[in-house]
Amino acid sequence: MSWIALRMLTGDRSKYLGLIFGVTFATLLMTQQVSIFMGILARTGNQILDVRDADIWVMDNRVRYLDEAPGLQDIDLMRVRGVPGVAWAVRTYRGVVRARLEDGNTRNVRLSGLDDESLVGAPQEMIAGSMDDLNRPDAVIIDRAGYEYMWGPPAASSSQGGDNGGYQLGRTFQLNDKRAVLVGVCKVAQPFFSDPIIYTRYSQAAFYVPRERNLMNYILVKAQDGVDQKELCGRIEERTGRVALTGRQFFWKTVSYFLSSTGIPVNFGITIALGFIVGAAVTGQTLYLFIVESLKQFGALKAMGIPNRGILWMIVLQAVLVGGIGYGMGVGLTAVFFITTGNITHLAGLHMTWVALLGTGAAVVVIVIATSVISARRVLTLEPAVVFRG
Amino acid sequence: MAPSMLAIRETFASLVADGVPHNPRHESSQAADDSPLTAHHSQLANTAVSCKGVTKEFGANGTKTLALRGVDVDVSDGQLTLLVGPSGCGKTTLISIVAGLLNPTEGSVEVLGADLAKLSGRGLVEFRAKNIGFVFQQYNLLPALSAAENAAVPLIINGWPRKKAFAKARAMLATVGLSHRADNFPSQLSGGEQQRVAIARALINEPRLLVCDEPTSALDAKSGHTVMELIKQVAVQPGRAVIVVTHDSRVFEFGDRIVEMSDGRISSDQANVAA
Ligand SMILES: Nc1ncnc2c1ncn2[C@@H]1O[C@H](COP(=O)(O)OP(=O)(O)O)[C@@H](O)[C@H]1O
Ligand SMILES: [Mg+2]
Repeated sequence: MSWIALRMLTGDRSKYLGLIFGVTFATLLMTQQVSIFMGILARTGNQILDVRDADIWVMDNRVRYLDEAPGLQDIDLMRVRGVPGVAWAVRTYRGVVRARLEDGNTRNVRLSGLDDESLVGAPQEMIAGSMDDLNRPDAVIIDRAGYEYMWGPPAASSSQGGDNGGYQLGRTFQLNDKRAVLVGVCKVAQPFFSDPIIYTRYSQAAFYVPRERNLMNYILVKAQDGVDQKELCGRIEERTGRVALTGRQFFWKTVSYFLSSTGIPVNFGITIALGFIVGAAVTGQTLYLFIVESLKQFGALKAMGIPNRGILWMIVLQAVLVGGIGYGMGVGLTAVFFITTGNITHLAGLHMTWVALLGTGAAVVVIVIATSVISARRVLTLEPAVVFRG
Repeated sequence: MAPSMLAIRETFASLVADGVPHNPRHESSQAADDSPLTAHHSQLANTAVSCKGVTKEFGANGTKTLALRGVDVDVSDGQLTLLVGPSGCGKTTLISIVAGLLNPTEGSVEVLGADLAKLSGRGLVEFRAKNIGFVFQQYNLLPALSAAENAAVPLIINGWPRKKAFAKARAMLATVGLSHRADNFPSQLSGGEQQRVAIARALINEPRLLVCDEPTSALDAKSGHTVMELIKQVAVQPGRAVIVVTHDSRVFEFGDRIVEMSDGRISSDQANVAA
C-alpha cells in the first residue's frame, strides 16, 4: 500500500515538484524570517551580552532598555560595594552623544565610558590599535562598522600588516565639541542601531557628555565565586533600592522592550504569516487537488479491497513525504542563505535559530495535517460504487 | 483464432490451478469432471449470487429515486451472464450491490455462500479483496503504474511480496496477449489495451466473481469484440461467475445467459442459444 501511495505521488512529476516547491518556499520564508527577526531583536541587547567581565548590572528603576538610563548617585556605588557577595563593582556610562566629523557632518554615536582603572566592559577583540592606547589623551576606540559608517571602508591593506589593516588611526573628530582621537578599531556583536559604538575612559566620557547631574548610569558588578547571581541581585536591590539584573536578565528586558514597543514584531509577523499562508495555500491546494483528481483511483482501490485505514495511511504518507522533503529543502536553502550572506555587515551574526527550525517544523506539520484531513475526508466518504459511474 | 485462444486458456488453467482449491464447491465440480475446460460448465454450475427482493432507493424523502424495485435473480458460476437493459434501468446499481460496494435498501444478497448483510465493514472489504474482480467502463488503471504494476495491485493489496506479484502480473498480461506492453504506462496504451490490462488485474487474484460494468462501451467495435472474446475465453472458468453489464447489443452473442432489466426490475431472463 505504501508502495502504491508513493508511486501515485511521484507519478505526476510536475505536481509532485509543485507540492515540494510549495513546502520548500514556505519553509524558507518562515525559517529565514523568524531567524532574522530573532537575530535583529537580539541585537537590541547584544551590547549587554558583550560585557563578559561583569555579572550584574545595577541601574535606575526607570530604565526600560540599555540606551535609556538616568544617572545614579555615587552613594549607590558605595552601597553596592558593601553588599556581601560582591567581589567588585565599577561605574560605567552608556549613552548616545553627537559626533561632528572633520567635514562638518554629524553622527549619533553610542558612547561607553569605561572605569578608568579596570576598563571593565571593554571590547573583547581589537582589529587595529590596542586597548592600552585608551590611556592616551582624548583617546577613543570605535567598532568596525562604526568606522566605515563615519569614514568609509578602510584602505586596501598591505599583506605584510603593520598598517593597521588599512584603518587610519589618529583621526580626530569632535564629541560634544571636545576633541576625540581614534586609537583603535574593535569588534563588537552587531548592534541593532547602525550608530557607531565608541569606547573611552570614564573620566574622558565626562567631557563628551553634556553636563548632567551624574554621569554614572550603570554599575557593573562581579559576584564572588560561588555566590548565586540572582540572590545577589536581590540583596543589591534591597540595600540600594535600585534595580539589579544579571546580564541575561537585562538582555531580555531590553529585547522585550523592543518587542513590545516597536513595529518590528508586527512587520516580521506579517512576513512570517504571509510565508505560512502562501505555503499553506500552495501546498494545501496542490495536495488537495492532487487527491481529489485521484478520487477515481482511490475509489478503484477501495473497491479492490483497500480498507479506509489503508487509504488514510496512503494519504498521510503522501502528505508527510511532501512535507518532509519540502521542509528539508527549505531549511537547507535557509542555511545556504545565511552562509552566503555571512560576510555582509548588515546580516553578520544572523544565523538559523532553533526556534525558527522548530516553529517552522510545527507550521509545516500543521499544513500537512490540515491538508491530509481535508483531503482524506473526501476520499473516506467516497462510495466505492462511484468507480462504476462514467 | 481458436488454437491461440486454446493456448491462452491452458496458460490460464495452469496459473489458476493453485488458487482454485480454496473453493470446496469448485473442488467437487472438478472431481466430477476430469477435464473441466471442455465440459459444459452450465450443467455443473452452482449458484454464485442470489438476490431476493432487492430494492434500492437513492436520495432523501423529497427527491427519492427507486433504482431497484424488487429484484430476484440467481447467477451461476462457470458461465457468462449478461445484464442488459436501457440506460438508467438500474444495472449498475444492481451489480454494485452484488459486488458489496453498495447496500440494498431491502432484500437479501448472498454471494459465494456469504450473506453480505452479515459481513461487517472490514469483513466486506476483505471479502471483496479476496473474491471479487472488477472491470470498469473507464478502466480505472493507476496512471503512475506500468501495465504489469497495475495488474499486480490486487495481489499487493492482499499482501503479496512485490516481486512475486509482478512476476504473476507479467504472466497474467501474457494471457491477455499483452506481454509486449507490460512496461508501458496506461497513457501509452490504447483503450482496448487498457481494458485488457484491467481484465488481467481483475483476474490476477483468481476471484470467484467477476463483475464488469460496460467494459466495451468506451471502445470501438473491434476492440470491444476483442475484450469480450477475452472475457469469454479467459475469465469464464468453472467455479467463477462472470457478470457483464452492457447495453451494447453487438456483444450480446457472448452471453451464456441474458438477463434483461427495465425500470428497476428483471423483465426477461433466458439462456442464449447463440452462445
Ligand atoms: N448515487 C445515486 N444517487 C441518486 N440516484 C442514483 C444514484 N445512482 C444511480 N441513481 C439513479 O438510479 C437509477 C439507476 O441508475 P444506474 O444503476 O446507474 O442505471 P444503469 O447502470 O442501468 O444505467 C437512475 O435513475 C440513476 O439516476
Ligand atoms: Mg450503468
